[in-house]
Amino acid sequence: MSLPDALPPARSRWLFALLPLALFAVLVAIFGGAVFSGRDPAAIPSVMIDRSAPDFTLPALLDDKPGLTHSDLAGGKPAIVNFFASWCAPCREEHSTWTGFAASDSVPIYGIAYKDKPEDAKRFLGELGDPYQRIGQDVAGRTAIDFGLYGVPETYLIDGFGRIRYRYAGPVTPDVLQQQILPRLKALQQTR
Amino acid sequence: MTTLSIAELGHYALILALAVALVQAVLPMWGATRGDRALMAMAPNAALLQFGCVAFAMAALAHAYITSDFSVAMVIENSNSAKPMLYKITGVWGNHEGSMLLWVFILTGYGAAVALFGGNLPPALRARVLSIHGMIGVGFLLFILITSNPFLRVDQPPPDGQGMNPLLQDPGLAFHPPFLYLGYVGFSMAFSFAVAALIEGKVDAAWARWVRPWTLAAWCALTLGIALGSWWAYYELGWGGWWAWDPVENASFMPWLSGTALLHSAIVVEKRDTLKTWTIFLALLTFALSLLGTFLVRSGVLASVHAFATDPRRGAFILLLLGLVIGGSLLLYAVRAPTLRATGSFAVISREGALVLNNLLLSTACLTVFLGTLLPLFLDAVGGPKVSIGAPYYAATFMPLMMPMLVAVAIGPFLTWRRADLMPALAKLKVAFGVTLAVAVATGFVTQGKSFLAPLGLGVAAWIFAGTVAECMSRIRPFQRGAAIRAARQPRAAWGMTLAHAGLAMVVAGITVSTGWKQEGIQVLKPGQSMVVAGETYLLMSVKSIDGPDYSADQATVSVTGNGSLIAVMTPLQKHYPLQRQTVADVAIHTNLMADRYVVVGEKQPEGGWLMRIYWNPLVPWIWLGAVLMAIGGLVSLSDRRLRIGVPIRRRASSGKGSHVPA
Repeated sequence: MSLPDALPPARSRWLFALLPLALFAVLVAIFGGAVFSGRDPAAIPSVMIDRSAPDFTLPALLDDKPGLTHSDLAGGKPAIVNFFASWCAPCREEHSTWTGFAASDSVPIYGIAYKDKPEDAKRFLGELGDPYQRIGQDVAGRTAIDFGLYGVPETYLIDGFGRIRYRYAGPVTPDVLQQQILPRLKALQQTR
Repeated sequence: MTTLSIAELGHYALILALAVALVQAVLPMWGATRGDRALMAMAPNAALLQFGCVAFAMAALAHAYITSDFSVAMVIENSNSAKPMLYKITGVWGNHEGSMLLWVFILTGYGAAVALFGGNLPPALRARVLSIHGMIGVGFLLFILITSNPFLRVDQPPPDGQGMNPLLQDPGLAFHPPFLYLGYVGFSMAFSFAVAALIEGKVDAAWARWVRPWTLAAWCALTLGIALGSWWAYYELGWGGWWAWDPVENASFMPWLSGTALLHSAIVVEKRDTLKTWTIFLALLTFALSLLGTFLVRSGVLASVHAFATDPRRGAFILLLLGLVIGGSLLLYAVRAPTLRATGSFAVISREGALVLNNLLLSTACLTVFLGTLLPLFLDAVGGPKVSIGAPYYAATFMPLMMPMLVAVAIGPFLTWRRADLMPALAKLKVAFGVTLAVAVATGFVTQGKSFLAPLGLGVAAWIFAGTVAECMSRIRPFQRGAAIRAARQPRAAWGMTLAHAGLAMVVAGITVSTGWKQEGIQVLKPGQSMVVAGETYLLMSVKSIDGPDYSADQATVSVTGNGSLIAVMTPLQKHYPLQRQTVADVAIHTNLMADRYVVVGEKQPEGGWLMRIYWNPLVPWIWLGAVLMAIGGLVSLSDRRLRIGVPIRRRASSGKGSHVPA
């Protein structure tokens, strides 16, 4: 047998020649889907989604504001839990989003100061404003581990039954708030 | 400001390069279609001018880094006045924008090389090749100017920059991107030649001979680039391994596999005038995979430790670019490839047959890497689970495909063109087979039959090496009269093959032994305490604090003793970069080229002492030495005079087809 004799007849030669183009078109569709979906490729899905928030009791950071426990989350209304730290630059970046949100919306934001010295956290809030209704101190980072925290800042949406429904890792910019957080919050308020 | 800064001039030079690239893309192609010599003759000049503009931009950016010009945003983000000079220079390409500029710099460099050394090409082919090359240049220059401008300036220059990612401050990585890009981008030459050939509808031996040097050059650079990258991962990331099947590593490995296939199939086109459409397809595929490599790193489509530029806008632009370049060329291929006719025929058992086998296995192996790299993405796109594909997948798919190919490496060169008999070829390999068997049995004896991979791997390495030596000796016949003359008359390409195949044997041996016999120990040591790894005692003598230009560090001093005598004193570091808030382990490696002793000092423990990780990696250096030997083989082959002077030209001229007059 000699190989060129074994070549397929003319019509399938054309099909063979078209094959790479067809495969490439499929690949472009997949890549395009991945790029234009606007999804962060580094996003790591949280295993805590749709589970109850972990049990925790955190002491208050400020004298005139209560601390935070898991029972505060099951108050019958959705709430936002936001992990922050004074030493984290992206937290500074997102903070104005929360102060703006707190001024315009009634959904409570609960803050958890993650691995932060109390005086630093207080200075941070004094400088940038305090959007939180309750603030707990997680000095050792235990509660953060139970939440499955990936880094700070991180934001969790809790439904009225105290279940974690959504997690956003990274700074919440006004865009993220509009596109990711608010629609979900609205959905939570309606399903209740 | 009234005067122009050098950075601004660099920016202008880039815009000018884009204009020149547009001219280069359009006019010579038109000229080639109309047979207008004046328009065709513009191509080399445009290519040289475009290179000059981009080289100026590159120099301007380097100037900004060296003088720490903090009015340039990229210098602020990636440099720092305290940074050592070497890294100020290499910092130019140690980030997204600069590395894209380097990409285009190399691209235009190849174009300029064709303009300078392509005098023996027919003018129409040269015009078309440079025109296609100009189109690629337009695409990437637009990409840089629109989404990744390295010359963006800030209004209020800060007093100092933010510094460079400490992991990237390393000589291995400093020279990794240039080599990698020389490889990636070099395949653009084969691509341009392939597209030009499709337009002309003509692929012949002369074409193959013109393409081969560019492919070889790119292949050598890519081989070195991958080796450097793997070496960097080995000693900088401090985990004792050298290859992780990371998407970015795969991205550079895929064009290497298909480029290797291209290198071999181009020989068949040159010698036997067949496998034409396949070779053209490989040329398109290899560059497509190179672009994909750029795409995977730049777009953040795949999460990876390397992805230092995650930006969907850039991803969208590159996707568009990829779609035009690859989709366009594949469309042309679909239209034109079926019209290409092969003249040579050959039997299954023949040199051609062996090269076809090599090609099939290499491209299937490439496909497995492709699937392993993109399957997680594909699953994600269809809403499936997040998965990561690692070493076990490749052990099950890639390795079994490589084995028959490695076995064939020793046999193929013994086969004759057109039609060969397997038995005489195998008879010449009797000694090699004996050596292989001896090595495999000895290995099996040492491992006491616990692992079949070690005897298999070492046996294959011995088989390639002994077979390669046997093939070389069968050509030279060193024990008969006239051996020196025969040796001198061997074409350089044949020597190149021998060296490259021997290098491959070294790589296989290195991989097998370092995987099978690696030993490691992890322990918290206080000064004065010791641990034993691979029968040698590592004593932590002291730890002291030292200060570098932009870091502070704990320096451990570790003595290694074996059989009662001192082997080495090693000083690994744990560096803290306050500016970047990053801690980087500086591995200490002591090598004798047969084995590496690899010591990492980790975090200081709260209860005192340091976490020490110590590896004994036998034969690991052979992996890189083998890769270097392969690249040397490629360079030797590149220096073959048949590739440089125009044997095919004379043939064409005498047959009356050639119309080129050498200058």
